[in-house]
Amino acid sequence: MSSEENELTASGRYVRAGWRQRIDYRTITMLAVLLLLWLGFTAFTSEYFSDLSGSFITARNLSNLTRAMAIVGIMGCGMVLVIVTGGIDLSVGTVAGFIGCAAAAMQVWWEWSTPPIIVVCLAIGAVIGALQGTIIAYVGIAAFIVTLGGQLVFRGGILFITKGMTIAPMRESFKYFGNAYLSATWGWILAVAAVLGLLAKELRQRAARRRYNTLDEPSGFMLARWAAYAAIIVVAIVVLNRYRGLPIPVLIMLVLMLVFTLIAEKTTFGRKIYAIGGNIAAARYSGIAVKRNLAVVYALNGLLAAVAGLILTARLNAGPTSAANMNMELDAIAAAVIGGTSMSGGVGKVAGAILGAMIMASIDNGMSMMNLMPAWQFLVKGMILVAAVWFDMRTQGRKRA
Amino acid sequence: MTDCILEMRGISKEFPGVKALSDVNFDVRRGTIHALVGENGAGKSTLINVVSGVFPHGSYRGKYILNGEEMRFLHIRDVARKGVACIHQELNLAPDLSVAENIFLNEKPTRHGLVDFDAMHDQSRQVLERIGLNTNPLAGGISPEERVGRLGIGRKQMVEIAKALTRDVSLLLLDEPTAALTGAEVDVLLGILDGLRRQGMSMIYISHRLDEVMRIADDITVLRDGKSVETRAREDMDKETMIQLMVGRELTNLFPRVPHRRGELALELRNYSVRNPDAPDQHLIRNVNLKAYRGEILGVSGLMGSGRTELFTAVFGAFREKGEGGVFINGAKADIREPRDALDRGLVIISEDRKKYGLNLVMSVKQNTSMSALKKVSSRFIINDNKEVKYAKDYVRDIRIVTPGIETLVRNLSGGNQQKVVIAKALFCDPRIIILDEPTRGIDVGAKYEIYKIMNELVDRGVAIIMISSEMEEILGMSDRVVTMSNGRITGEFDISEASQEILMRASVIGR
Repeated sequence: MSSEENELTASGRYVRAGWRQRIDYRTITMLAVLLLLWLGFTAFTSEYFSDLSGSFITARNLSNLTRAMAIVGIMGCGMVLVIVTGGIDLSVGTVAGFIGCAAAAMQVWWEWSTPPIIVVCLAIGAVIGALQGTIIAYVGIAAFIVTLGGQLVFRGGILFITKGMTIAPMRESFKYFGNAYLSATWGWILAVAAVLGLLAKELRQRAARRRYNTLDEPSGFMLARWAAYAAIIVVAIVVLNRYRGLPIPVLIMLVLMLVFTLIAEKTTFGRKIYAIGGNIAAARYSGIAVKRNLAVVYALNGLLAAVAGLILTARLNAGPTSAANMNMELDAIAAAVIGGTSMSGGVGKVAGAILGAMIMASIDNGMSMMNLMPAWQFLVKGMILVAAVWFDMRTQGRKRA
Repeated sequence: MTDCILEMRGISKEFPGVKALSDVNFDVRRGTIHALVGENGAGKSTLINVVSGVFPHGSYRGKYILNGEEMRFLHIRDVARKGVACIHQELNLAPDLSVAENIFLNEKPTRHGLVDFDAMHDQSRQVLERIGLNTNPLAGGISPEERVGRLGIGRKQMVEIAKALTRDVSLLLLDEPTAALTGAEVDVLLGILDGLRRQGMSMIYISHRLDEVMRIADDITVLRDGKSVETRAREDMDKETMIQLMVGRELTNLFPRVPHRRGELALELRNYSVRNPDAPDQHLIRNVNLKAYRGEILGVSGLMGSGRTELFTAVFGAFREKGEGGVFINGAKADIREPRDALDRGLVIISEDRKKYGLNLVMSVKQNTSMSALKKVSSRFIINDNKEVKYAKDYVRDIRIVTPGIETLVRNLSGGNQQKVVIAKALFCDPRIIILDEPTRGIDVGAKYEIYKIMNELVDRGVAIIMISSEMEEILGMSDRVVTMSNGRITGEFDISEASQEILMRASVIGR
C-alpha cells in the first residue's frame, strides 16, 4: 500500500484511508489460522496426505465438526452482544440444560407435541434472560455475580425436573432439529439463493451509495468480496452434500448468525449496545436508555440459550442432565473472545464467534482423531484463547481484555 | 541555616504546548504560613507538584532549595523523607478502615511482624491531640477506632492532617484544604494550622477563599499565568489588591467577537436547587434563577467547586441527584429525568470531560456523530448507512474536523478534533440550547479560535449558548452576558459592557 493512500493521525499512527478501512484483516487472519489448523490436522491424520480416506478432511468428519460446533456457535452469537455491553453471562450453559430437560419432560411425561414445546421453551429462555438482565441493569448487581447465581440456580433446576433420571425418548419431529440433514437439492437451492442474495445485496448497496454520493470502493473490490463469500458457500455445500447434506442445527446456527449480525450492525438497538459497552457514561449522555437496552440483551441471550437447549435435547434424544457439567457457557465466551470480542466492551462481531467456535471444534475434533489425550485439547484451546487476545492487543495497540 | 525553610529559584515547567510555570521565585520563611493564590490555571498546583516531588528533578528548570541545601528529588518518597508532606485537594483516605489505620496507612507500628494495634491507637491518639483534637468519643471527639467513612468531611480533613504528621514533618503543603468545609469546620481547621505554626511548622497554603488567606497567612504570593507576580506580607495586602493582582493582564485579541441579537427566552430556571448526593441534607445548588435567550452567549463564570458543572448537569438530567424547582424550555415547564428528555426538548450539553462523557473512543467519527439522534438516520429501527455517511461527511466538512475519514476511530484524532466531533454530535441533535462546559480546555489556540467561530455561527442561527468557563478571557471575550457562581449560588449577573476581570473575580469569591 503506497503512502499517499494512508494518512497520519494526531497520535502519530497511519490509518488507512477510505474504503480500505473496511477490509477486515482480523477475520482474514482468523480464516488463515483455521486453514492452517485444518492443513495440520489433515497432514497428521493422513500420513502426510498419502491416504485421505480416514483423515480429518473427509466430508463425513467435516460434517460432524460443524454439527459439534453448532450449539456453542449459537450461544456465542448472544454472548458477543452481552460481552460487547461490557457484561458476561455465566448462566447460559445450565439454562440451556434446564430448558432442554423441561422440553424432554413436556414431551415424555406430559406428551406435548413438538411445536408448543418449542414456543413455550423459547419463551421461558427469554424470560429467564430478561429476569437476570433486569437484576443486572436495574438493581445494579454485577453481571458476573447475577449470572453465576443463575448458573447455580438452574443447575438445581435441572435436578428438580429430572430427579437424576434420564427423560427419554423424544419424538421424531423433535429429534429432527438435532439430527436431521437438509436434502442435497434443498441444500443447493439454499446455497444458490444465498449466493444470489449476496450479489443482490451488494448491488443494491452500491446503487444506494451512488445515489447518496458515498460510493468510494472500486467495483473489483466488491466483486472479490462477493466471490470469496460465494466460494465458501459453494465449497461448504459441496462438501456437506457429499456426506448427508446440511445438518439442521448448523442451518439454525447460520440463520441465527445472520439475524444477530443484522441486529448488531444494522439496527439502532445494536448501535446502542456497542455505545453502552464502549463508554456507558457517554451513552447515557447521548440519551440512550442504558438499563432497558441492557435488559433486552440478556433476554436475547436467554432466548439463544433456549434454542441451544432444544437442539441439545434433540441430539441426545433425552433431557441433557449432564449439561451442568459441560461448561458450555465458558466455550461460548471463549468462542466470542477468540472471535475478536473485547472483554472491556464496545468491540466484537457476531460472525467472529462462529469462527471462534469452529476453531475450537476443529481442535477438539482434530486432536481426538490424532488419538491424543483429551488433556491436549484443553491445553491448546487455552493457549489459543490467550494468544488471540495478545494478538489483538498487539495489532490494536490497546488493552482489550 | 537560613531563616527560609524553602527557596524556589527561577522555577519553570512546560507541558507540551503550555508554559505552566515560568521563572517562579517563592520562599517560605521558617515557622510561617505562606499562602499561594491565583486564578484557575495560574500554576498553583503545578508549583505544589514540583515542591512535593510529583514532578521529579529534571522535568522542570530552576533551583529547589530546602533548608539551605539544593535538592534533586527523583521520587516523592525522597521528598517525604526530608520532612515535606502534602495534603491534596482530594482526600486520600480508605473509608472502610479505622481512623488509626488511616493515620498509619503506610507504616504501621508492628510487634513480631504483626500490626501492634494498641501502639497504633495510642500513637494515633497522641497525634490527634497534638493538633488539638479531643479523642474521647464520649465527649464527642474522634476515636482512633472509628471507621473513617462514618466521619464528616471536616473530620476527615483533620485525619488527613494527622496522617501527614506521623512522619517528622517540617513543611506542610495544603492544597485547598477548606474547599469542602463549612464555616465552623474552617474555624477549627485554621485553629489547628495556627497551633502547628506555634510549634514551629512551616506551611504552604493554597486557597481560593481570600478571606481565609487574610486570616491565616503570614506572607502571600500571587501567581498569574505561571509567573509569581508579587509576594507581600499580609499587613501590606488586602483582598482588593489580591484580586487585582490575580487578574491584572491585558486581553489579547483571540476572540472573534461579533454582535449578536438577543431573541426570545429559551431556558429559564426558577428557584432551582440540587441536593448533595453524598450528603442529602445539604444543597450543592441553592435557589438559582437564570434566563438564557436565543441568539446570545451566556457566560457562566466562577471558581472551581462553585457548582457550575453540577447545576447544568442536573438541568440536563445526568446528575446523580435530580434538581428541585422549575426548568422552563421555550416557556413550557420541562420535566427532565434523563438526558433523553433534555435532548428531545432540544437541550444538549457538551461536557468538560469529553473522553468520559462525550465520546466513544472505539467508535468511528461517523458513529459518534449520529449517536445522540439515531432516529435521524434510521427508519423502523434499521440504520440507513448511506444517510449516516452523508450526514457525517457534511459535519466533517462544515465543522472542519481534520480526520483521514469518517470511518476513523475517534481515539486516533487530536484533542481539538475530538472536541469538534463532540460538537458535531451535539449539533446532529438540531439543538436549540447548547450548554458548553469548558469548551476549549486542553486544546490548542488554533482549534480554540475555530470553536469560537462555530459558536458564533450557531448563535446567528438562533441557538442559545450557555458557556461555562474558568478562563476569564474566554468569558469576557465571547459572552454577551455573564453570571457568576460561588458556593452553589448565582452571585452576580453582568452585561458584557459592565463586566471586567476584577468585577467577575469579586463576585466569584462572595461567600468564600
